[in-house]
Amino acid sequence: MRSDPPTQPTDPARPPLSRTARRRNQVVAVTALVAVWVLLWGTLSWANIIGGLVVAAVLLAVFPLPPVTFAGRVRPLPLLRFWLHFLRDLVVASAQVAWLAVRVGPTPRSAIIAARLRVNTDLNLTLTAEALSLLPGSLILEADRRTGTLYIHVLGVTSRDEVERFRRGVLELEARIIEAIGSPEELRRVRETPADREGVPA
Amino acid sequence: MSLDVAVDVAASICLIAGALLSLAAGIALVRFPDLLTRMHAAAKPQVLGLLLVLVGCALRLRTGVDITTLVLVGAFSLATAPVAAHMVGRAAYPHEDIRTDLLVTDELAAHLDRVAEEREHSAAA
Repeated sequence: MRSDPPTQPTDPARPPLSRTARRRNQVVAVTALVAVWVLLWGTLSWANIIGGLVVAAVLLAVFPLPPVTFAGRVRPLPLLRFWLHFLRDLVVASAQVAWLAVRVGPTPRSAIIAARLRVNTDLNLTLTAEALSLLPGSLILEADRRTGTLYIHVLGVTSRDEVERFRRGVLELEARIIEAIGSPEELRRVRETPADREGVPA
Repeated sequence: MSLDVAVDVAASICLIAGALLSLAAGIALVRFPDLLTRMHAAAKPQVLGLLLVLVGCALRLRTGVDITTLVLVGAFSLATAPVAAHMVGRAAYPHEDIRTDLLVTDELAAHLDRVAEEREHSAAA
């Protein structure tokens, strides 16, 4: 996917999903929809589960989901590591932004940073962007699906050094996501190109 | 100290911390210089501030039906807040309301120039 010549304004080839992959996507979607339905009612009963299944079937028939390629598998331990790291970042960054808001001093400076992800899949792009967006101090302005690049507005940056450090941080976040849910091939690509040498757009 | 009191204390700590984060966001909304920096303040306290308030409420209410609703509130705000922030940010970006003098670097401008150039090329061809 990365071998696409960057001058061609076409989306990277997303291969059509196999039958089993589509079936798996449907199972995941139905499970999630039934879970939301049961949570809305608040009690776990057969009536709620059957009602949820009916609603999920109707929803999926009326609004079919776009295909999502999920080539990897969920690894519980790296997933836990990702969540712990995310929670720590959340607390630290929230405190930093709150401090920027109430401190007396010069107006905070910011930067718009491009970070080119190593694994250009829709799922990885979306998850990395979501995680970054949820952390205070970083805001996704634009995502280039063709090259897999995120353009991020970062609050409280004062120097080029900090820009580079933030870019490395994005790639480390991507690596944690891939460790948790990526395929072996994606994992290899992330490990081959460490965060300190990639990510700078051409 | 009974368990009830301990849970109530934890709930009050969560509620107060969440409220303080929202207060900081309100102050930031007034004090920050331009739209993009204000978006940070407007979109983000939802995350930790709201989660803390929800945890506080859950500890206080302690009934299954309420807690499942709170879980849904948290999950849906986490899923939708980034989308809203992105839409507003992207709509505002190439605009004079952005204080470019406060930016250390702007790597999106070069990208947008490239895209516009490509469009001209393909239109000419």
